[in-house]
Amino acid sequence: MSFRHWVILLPLVAALLSCSGPSNDRPGKKHTITIAGSTSVMPFTEKLAEHFMVDHKDFVIDVQGGGSTAGIQAVINNTVELGMSSRPLKDAEKRLNTITICYDGIVVVVHPNNPISELDLNMIRQIFSGRISNWRQLGWVDRKIDAVSREEGSGTRGAFEDLVMAGKEIDDGTMVQDSNGSVKEVVATDPYAIGYISMGLVDKKVRPVAINGVAPSIRTIKSGRYKIVRPFLYVTNGELDTKPSRFVDYVLSQEGQQILRNEGLVGFYD
Amino acid sequence: MIDRTVLKEHFVKWVLVAFALSSLLFLFLIFIFILAEGLPLFLKVGVNKIIFGMKWAPTKGHFGIFPMIISSFLVTVGALIVGAPLGLSCAIYLSEYAGKRARMLLKPAIELLAGIPSVVFGFLGVIYIVPLVRNYLGGSGFSLISTSLVLGVMILPTIISISFDALVSVPRTYREGSAAMGATKWQTIYKVIIPTAKSGILASFILGMGRAIGETMAVIMIAGNALKIPTSILDPLRTLTGNIALELAYATGDHRLGLFSTGVVLMLIIMILNYIANFGIKRKIAK
Amino acid sequence: MRVNPRIINRLVRMGLNVQAFFTVGILIVIVAIIFFKGFPHTNFAFIFSFPEDMGREGGIFPSIVGTIQLALLSILLATPLGLGTAIFLTEYTKESLFTKFIRFGVESLAGIPSILYGLFGFIFFVIKLKMGWSLLAGVLTMTIMILPTIIRTSEEAIRAVPRQLRIVSYSLSASKWETIKKVVIPAAIPGILTGIMLSIGRAVGETAAIIFTMGSSLRLPLSIMDSGRTMAVHFYILAREGISMEKAYGTAVVLVLSILLINVLAYYIMNKAIARYS
Repeated sequence: MSFRHWVILLPLVAALLSCSGPSNDRPGKKHTITIAGSTSVMPFTEKLAEHFMVDHKDFVIDVQGGGSTAGIQAVINNTVELGMSSRPLKDAEKRLNTITICYDGIVVVVHPNNPISELDLNMIRQIFSGRISNWRQLGWVDRKIDAVSREEGSGTRGAFEDLVMAGKEIDDGTMVQDSNGSVKEVVATDPYAIGYISMGLVDKKVRPVAINGVAPSIRTIKSGRYKIVRPFLYVTNGELDTKPSRFVDYVLSQEGQQILRNEGLVGFYD
Repeated sequence: MIDRTVLKEHFVKWVLVAFALSSLLFLFLIFIFILAEGLPLFLKVGVNKIIFGMKWAPTKGHFGIFPMIISSFLVTVGALIVGAPLGLSCAIYLSEYAGKRARMLLKPAIELLAGIPSVVFGFLGVIYIVPLVRNYLGGSGFSLISTSLVLGVMILPTIISISFDALVSVPRTYREGSAAMGATKWQTIYKVIIPTAKSGILASFILGMGRAIGETMAVIMIAGNALKIPTSILDPLRTLTGNIALELAYATGDHRLGLFSTGVVLMLIIMILNYIANFGIKRKIAK
Repeated sequence: MRVNPRIINRLVRMGLNVQAFFTVGILIVIVAIIFFKGFPHTNFAFIFSFPEDMGREGGIFPSIVGTIQLALLSILLATPLGLGTAIFLTEYTKESLFTKFIRFGVESLAGIPSILYGLFGFIFFVIKLKMGWSLLAGVLTMTIMILPTIIRTSEEAIRAVPRQLRIVSYSLSASKWETIKKVVIPAAIPGILTGIMLSIGRAVGETAAIIFTMGSSLRLPLSIMDSGRTMAVHFYILAREGISMEKAYGTAVVLVLSILLINVLAYYIMNKAIARYS
């Protein structure tokens, strides 16, 4: 075996060794939890996990996306212990346990340069169903409305359809992006775009639209005036083991709820 | 001594057979799996309803992918319009005009272009092409034309390298004979060389089409992913690949089967394209 | 009015010249944009630290490791399988319906788009075989993806080895396998290596198939069953979600540099191998 052979073999051996450790999922010295599901809930769970692991160095929390449905399925199949969902459970899923960790408003957003800051629910419905297709009809410039939606199967879209569209279908001509983050990006860069995202994601890049005179905020959600709200759920199959329930307790604790509040979600302490 | 060698030979042979069969198993696995998962829906809902259906709303029982077939096709044609003339020109330049230094510069450059990941193309397309289209042409920028532009650049390396191979394999005698009859270089090229390399060049176009129609990441970042058939080049559209990528993570049950059915259609289209292209190349070699 | 063909000739030559350099120009522009916007953010810390705050801060170390693991392990699996198949097809079988059938299969699968591999890998490995999003699922999927390329290029390379060499070897009473191992393969190494380097490049840049099989966890994959990101996946998520333009460009720099390095290495290895074995 000449030197040449070793040069080739070494990286391969290194690659093999580097991943032959015990899986994050199997019991080792660390407690590991895998949480999977809604991409809307995911960034916030990640944040909570980051903070949690600072004080609990023996825990490793692995947060995956995949969507509310995939997360619920994974819990049913016992592939993960904790699932995340941004929509209520369907009948077939009802045997699972849910824990509401907070509430999230769904906010309709437009580009910061868009002068329209208020719409009524009916108008939003007509925009997304294709009835209103030009900003001119709303008093702005003569440009087509670039409506952006989430994809079919998304918990956020499902909630939007239930709470806003109320039976009317979202038009086939609306653009589609597969995450709230990318919807936000589209609206942030296209002055003529309009979309809906999780309230926790709203920042200076986009401007929220008041619906029926009510601007979305933690206050208006808590008071019940802003009605386009959905619960963020953690989903479990029966009782949780001690490890994951430590994390869930943390999420529901004052500290965890404060973190969620800082992110723009509505929790239980305030 | 002889016995050991013979034994070793047999051993090696069977190891190789095992390897070959495993490879085949893997390769056919994916093929069969996609077919197996994709066909049931065709039987359940009906081939016509899927391929010619105009509405895709799988959670409500609509599995029509016709708009997406058209959109995939449009985006591919657009990519060819952008990439084929430019690619062929580069190939001609490389094979007929470029000196050694130019070739040494250009060939690696083309290969590097081929290596740039599609997400990078998609990203740059969103940052630069989409606003350009929106500000100077109209619409949201997420459109057929933006996608075609980016895809056209992405298929350039394919078209260039295969056309180049075809052009270069035209025998020198053809060129010399033409020159002997007083033709200029360009006359030689377009009257003699290109016609001779015709099937190879066409094959490069078809393989470029195959590449364009199979592209996913760049497309979902730029095309807008709307479900309607685009009525103008400024309209957003959704391709077959985009459909699968967007909804794969969330789909269950029949919805998921619908995605496999989309996959079956996609696979068939690409296999047909590949077959035509390879058939074309083989015909040229047979000549 | 007939235009002088010489003038047309000159015009065409200029036009082609322009187009060729325009094409190279596109490449230069792409690389330049990425490097100018990304280089300020790529430093030692970026490469070796972990992402924080979903990637807004910190570095991309886990995704670099993930990429290396995925690429090397896929090659580890695919090369013996692919090379073995190529050897079998060329040296141990005669041209028959069977071999034509195999070759047709390999050709057809070479064109399958990556999203279909993602679809297959996700449903088959991740869900049906219960591997979950994992390095294993990613590696298996990637292996199948690069297998046709390796088989094809190896086969071509082996076929190109002149019959003379084999005949001479046999005449020196070498056995079939000895001939293959010591004469044919070394002579075919440049072509085989090309296929391997091409496949590594593909593994590094692939996204659609990986994001659905290996997942998108931000952790460092320390076990074959762990999920993780490759640089391409990380870049995609950063860019799509608008998490951080700077980090996205930084990741792109490392990504494109890696691919550049692989291409350069491929050239170098090929030239050395040609020099050594011809």
